Amino acid sequence: MTHPSHPAAGLIRPVRQSSLCVGLLLLLGALMLASLNFGYVDIDQSDLIRAAFGLSDPSTNMIVQQLRMPRMLLAVMVGMSLGASGAVLQGLLHNPLAEPGTLGITGAASLGAVIAIYFGFAATTPLSLPLFAMTSAGIATLLLLFVARDNGRTLTLILLGVGISGVSVALTSLAMNLSPNPWAVSEIAMWLLGSVRDRTFQEVNLAAPFILIGLIMLMACAPSLDILSLGEDSARSLGLRVGRLRILAIGGTSLAVGAGVAVSGSVGFVGLMMPHLIRPLVGHIPSRLILPSAIGGGALVLAADIVVRLIAVGPELQLGVLTSLIGTPFFIYLVISLRKRMA
Amino acid sequence: MTCLTLTNVHVPIGSRTVLRDISFRASGGEFIGLVGPNGAGKSTLAKALASLLPTSSGSININGQCLTQFSPKDSAKNIAYLAQGDIVHWPLSARSIVALGRRPHIDAFGSPSRADQAAVDRAMQRAFVGEFTDRDVTQLSGGERARVLLARALAVEAPIFIADEPVGALDPRHGLNIMALLREEANRGVLVITVIHDLALATRYCDRLIALRDGELADDGPPHQVLSPRGMAAHYAVEGHHAAHDGQAFVLPWRPL
Repeated sequence: MTHPSHPAAGLIRPVRQSSLCVGLLLLLGALMLASLNFGYVDIDQSDLIRAAFGLSDPSTNMIVQQLRMPRMLLAVMVGMSLGASGAVLQGLLHNPLAEPGTLGITGAASLGAVIAIYFGFAATTPLSLPLFAMTSAGIATLLLLFVARDNGRTLTLILLGVGISGVSVALTSLAMNLSPNPWAVSEIAMWLLGSVRDRTFQEVNLAAPFILIGLIMLMACAPSLDILSLGEDSARSLGLRVGRLRILAIGGTSLAVGAGVAVSGSVGFVGLMMPHLIRPLVGHIPSRLILPSAIGGGALVLAADIVVRLIAVGPELQLGVLTSLIGTPFFIYLVISLRKRMA
Repeated sequence: MTCLTLTNVHVPIGSRTVLRDISFRASGGEFIGLVGPNGAGKSTLAKALASLLPTSSGSININGQCLTQFSPKDSAKNIAYLAQGDIVHWPLSARSIVALGRRPHIDAFGSPSRADQAAVDRAMQRAFVGEFTDRDVTQLSGGERARVLLARALAVEAPIFIADEPVGALDPRHGLNIMALLREEANRGVLVITVIHDLALATRYCDRLIALRDGELADDGPPHQVLSPRGMAAHYAVEGHHAAHDGQAFVLPWRPL
């Protein structure tokens, strides 16, 4: 019997998926407004909404549209990608610890992006940044699935993730080590910590199409993941085309996570935490987990990005640092609560 | 009535041919047990029948149509498959598990119709799991979970039902219950084929046994013929204890030869 005994299993009554999504969307909306509200300049609430549509005075319009909107949108996009891919990967691999970060997909995407920056492709062709990140994320995901086919055990996959992350970190360090320009090194280092600060609509436009397609592909995995909870043989006997599901899941994860990492660096553990928090609310049904996890992921990253702006600690805390600070203890807690089934 | 025909079927796994030259005919209403020692190819045959493994030569036909011509969905509607073991990867409710059996009848993003709901109710009733509706299957006992998974396969309402060792890990009471349920399915006209190691249950409940040895069909006939003293020696290298109770013959493996 392999299943994650969720700490809250049986204690929390499932709620309707539609009410859950509406609730999460309201939360996300409130956080979006709050995100636009925070910054060096105080802007009146009513002015804020007018400025978002370009109807306020030119300087307020610029602050809201050029500085705060891209940051807010990127946080939402990146969070949605991570939440949805975490939910799909956990369902696909029957693995409660699966998420882009723990499986090394985020690390691989970062390596791809660093390669694009290091060799100067990103400077000449901005599109190469997400393309390199997505390709590398895709290679990592394919490798994981190849191993999962023969041995999908939780420990094996997580260890493989550690391996992929290790290789990515080693090669990223190599690039930084060999870099002739110290400014480039510090830029790569800061970028790797994960942030949506000082981004423009150029980054939003670069990532949005890929993230959108990725999210659609991830959502399309939903019905198949339910059948897959019976194991692959039973799922196939119920008419599931496993190959098609894998393509959707790998493709969706690579596009969404790769494009997100390309513009925000690595923001960890959102894909791990969100599905776990949502799962008992949807009766553990994998198909009902993806959309709420995506919306919740967007809200979580946005909230984290608001918090980093509120904590005044000299230089602004990087977003990825904060999510790791929260996410790592969560990961350890999950490992401990699942340890009996990990053997 | 459903008619299943295998003609010179060969099934490879990787580079090894696990099943060779298997031919037999079976029709609706029969309850067939696949018997034979470990590694004889019983589970492989069950998977090939459920079109989970491709054949390298020969053909499997259902009512004259080759299985390879079926779309995954059509194949799923015609053949219910109950896998070995009791894998459920998430703590889902018993009813949501049984409802998965209706998936072949529903569009990818559609929701179950009233008829589907009724089929789920029927399957749960037949497998005596109605009381577990909202219970988390991972919290049920092994025997109860086995019945829920059986109900999941019954909910497909397919004319052919393939089960891979459905009583392998169950206590005697649950084992008897499951065999009685499968017998009842056969009585209702379903072709039931099950991999089985418990020879006492096989002789009692099945109409016909197919014995496999080293990937080949070694014998095919009524239980008393296939598991005769000679059969027991040939298929299992054991001496059997043949007896009867309540007018029903059964055989127990007695000592290795």
